[in-house]
Amino acid sequence: MTKQIHLAAHFPGVNSTTVWSDPASGSQIDFESFRHLARTAERGRFDFFFLAEGLRLREAKGRIHDLDVVGRPESLTVLAALAAVTTHLGLAATVNSTFNEPYEVARRLASLDHLSGGRAAWNVVTSFDAFTGENFRRGGFLDESDRYSRAKEFLETARELWDSWAPDAVAADPEAGRFLRPGGVTAFRHQGRHFDISGLFNVPRGPQGHPVIIQAGDSDEGREFAASSADVIFSRHSRLEEGRAFYRDVKRRLAAYGRRPEDLKILPAVTYVLGDTEAEAAERAAEIRRAQVGPQQAIYFLEAVWGRDLSAYDPDGPLPDVEPDLDEGVSRGHAAFRRDRGELVAKWRALAEEKNLSIRELAIEVSAPQTFIGTPRTVADEIDHFVQTDAADGFIFVPHLTPGGLDELVDKVVPLLQEKGVFRAEYTGPTLRDHLGLAHRDPALSEPAAPVPAPRTKENR
Amino acid sequence: MTLHLAVALDGAGWHPAAWRAEGARPDRLFTLAYWADLVAEAERGLLDFVTFEDALGLQSTRLNEPDERLDQVRGRLDAVLIASGVAPLTSRIGLVPTTGTTHTEPFHVAIGIASLDHISGGRAGWRPQVSGRPDHAAHFGRRVLPPLDFSDRADPAFTRHVAGLLGEAADAVEVVRRLWDSWEDDAEIRDVATGRFVDREKLHYIDFQGDWFSVKGPSITPRPPQGQPLVTSLAHDRQPYEFAARASDVVYVTPRDREDASAVVEQVREAEAATGRAGPPLKVFADLVVFLETGGAADRKARLDDLDGGEFVSDAHVFTGTPEALAGLLLSWREAGLDGFRLRPGELPRDLVAITRGLVPELRAAGAFRTAYDTGDLRGRLGLPRPANRYATAS
Ligand SMILES: Cc1cc2nc3c(=O)[nH]c(=O)nc-3n(C[C@H](O)[C@H](O)[C@H](O)COP(=O)(O)O)c2cc1C
Repeated sequence: MTKQIHLAAHFPGVNSTTVWSDPASGSQIDFESFRHLARTAERGRFDFFFLAEGLRLREAKGRIHDLDVVGRPESLTVLAALAAVTTHLGLAATVNSTFNEPYEVARRLASLDHLSGGRAAWNVVTSFDAFTGENFRRGGFLDESDRYSRAKEFLETARELWDSWAPDAVAADPEAGRFLRPGGVTAFRHQGRHFDISGLFNVPRGPQGHPVIIQAGDSDEGREFAASSADVIFSRHSRLEEGRAFYRDVKRRLAAYGRRPEDLKILPAVTYVLGDTEAEAAERAAEIRRAQVGPQQAIYFLEAVWGRDLSAYDPDGPLPDVEPDLDEGVSRGHAAFRRDRGELVAKWRALAEEKNLSIRELAIEVSAPQTFIGTPRTVADEIDHFVQTDAADGFIFVPHLTPGGLDELVDKVVPLLQEKGVFRAEYTGPTLRDHLGLAHRDPALSEPAAPVPAPRTKENR
Repeated sequence: MTLHLAVALDGAGWHPAAWRAEGARPDRLFTLAYWADLVAEAERGLLDFVTFEDALGLQSTRLNEPDERLDQVRGRLDAVLIASGVAPLTSRIGLVPTTGTTHTEPFHVAIGIASLDHISGGRAGWRPQVSGRPDHAAHFGRRVLPPLDFSDRADPAFTRHVAGLLGEAADAVEVVRRLWDSWEDDAEIRDVATGRFVDREKLHYIDFQGDWFSVKGPSITPRPPQGQPLVTSLAHDRQPYEFAARASDVVYVTPRDREDASAVVEQVREAEAATGRAGPPLKVFADLVVFLETGGAADRKARLDDLDGGEFVSDAHVFTGTPEALAGLLLSWREAGLDGFRLRPGELPRDLVAITRGLVPELRAAGAFRTAYDTGDLRGRLGLPRPANRYATAS
């Protein structure tokens, strides 16, 4: 059977994928940028719009990293504002489970679900490092080995809070003088290793019952957590073969939890470049890579692996002759670097030798190229091929430009996917669970709730 | 000179039976459209700002524990998110959500309010609020708070408990304010020649260390457009007046009458002196609960009291009467040295509409209220300058 593709849009990240030096690069903080990207995604009938989170500015060599775009708003706050200027688009917030408490996160997500009429999603991430912890009351209190036990218990607790209000708990019946139905709200009590809390939750159950749960970890524990508890996986396995392997691995874990393969959607993060011809697309792709990996970024890229200050080296010259310092981590606040750095350096040296590459050329060569490069037609075909051959259920597109980075995808590629009949031409329901084809978490309400009228929108700037 | 007028929004209004009144929309309380309509009405009246109540627990008529009542509004959406949802649907009015200082991470609050300021183009405020309730503390399970007992305010144990909560709150506000300043306005440089997006010399660690917590910084969110969004707090007593003098730009007070208003303003000024407040003096707003109608406001309130099964009482003065009479009262109280008023509508939307379409024209006729919005941000509307950044070195 032909699978329907799911598409999501990632706000351009705080990392070197985002090109800020391009004259077309706009503000990463003005609400207009968020509005434009979200509305473009909605025009393209995307499933959802996604915001990442990083709770401490990244550092390199003990100083704040200054080469990449930096500075972003609080995810849920922006998504609540986007709820006002969109009508169907899902709104996904990354919210960490280490530096938060279940009562607050559960109520903020339920609030977003109400304000958006059932469009909220939560990407549960587990960053636990003491470096980030310095911004929080409790500091870095968690061992790495406990990151998922806390995340799992956090999510379970949040679900208990959401479930403590029956779907019909709010009667709002003035005649009978009943705001709440008797028995509609029950006290919760959670006693576990990480949380010992009790009382009454204070937000009615959201239109989706529970917001959509996204998981982005990649370790064995992360995959198991996703298989047991998530609705969507945000993965980094965006190449065809590794994508298929990841897909098989995760989907086969579902049965142990009594879940079906279609209950968990796998959406890798991907990038794209279009051209009128294959050659033009390839040329544009190379140009973007050069903008992403400037001379300073190239040095920085190598420093992360070498564990040394390499600023004395010429980015257009040969690789550093010094040996890496394997005891020293250089950068903090980045996604963990888990590979064997010594081995990597040896491999890169061989590659640079063989192809006669400078530092910058090597950095470009070995850091991730764009996922889909081609004409709108070939890209649409490739997207479809990935999905139909089970390398993914769809994709989270990460544009390299704010705010225009989705425009071409929506204008040129999405119509071709719609033509093929593999992507929706119109939304078929009001909630994100509807878009993703996921069951509502309310057995009693298998029919979607009555659509909430779209809020009036008004241009104010 | 215009007096400043704010409206405090909460549920269906401040009377606990307001949701049962004609014209109430109790089935819409948990939708964005409900809040957007209310704030649009307040903006039509050219009000300075609206506040949004919040708490980390279910509403209760009891001080230290939940009640079992089913006949009053229960449940609330997150105030910062409501304010943010309303922001793109309005253009001028200030948006001031409440958050807690006892359980909530100051870092999360700082980036939330800064984001609201970016989204609204400089219209964000914040009302920090302590929570001494033991039942709310149990929602977090991280500390045990003793029951609050207001019967003997002179009891040293009580004063100590309150001093602790307020001291922690003052530290939370200090952290939030430092985080707002932790990016200088021109930190973003996009310097292609050197490959640098930001000038790291203009990003600052705040290195806050206090009795309750420490926070490193800098913020992850660039400095808000107002520099420092408006900080407001509610106070009824000497200790909270001093907290306001340390931490806030605006203080809401609850005088009983004109004479009491003078006494309260004097106490606020004493608190400013006692704490050595630097910078502009506190803007003092009096809170009043209002039921407004040309004839029959008192009867309407009495009917709601009957429905609720008891007389509605409040920490603030409860006014029932005509918009004209309220205008007279406000103008008289103002002479006590008040800068403005925060009105708590008894019923929504009814008493809000009576404010914007009844009270406001009366005040305007007396030359005491604006006829158009100015162009400034929320601080500017209140006559507060955009503060210099505490970390910026003079250049
Ligand atoms: C595609 C992807 C996106 C992620 N986005 C974030 C993020 O925005 N914020 C964050 O704190 N962690 C993020 N993470 C980190 C994961 O949540 C997780 O903490 C990390 O991968 C370590 O867990 P693991 O050992 O299971 O991989 C992301 C991970 C992946 C794979």
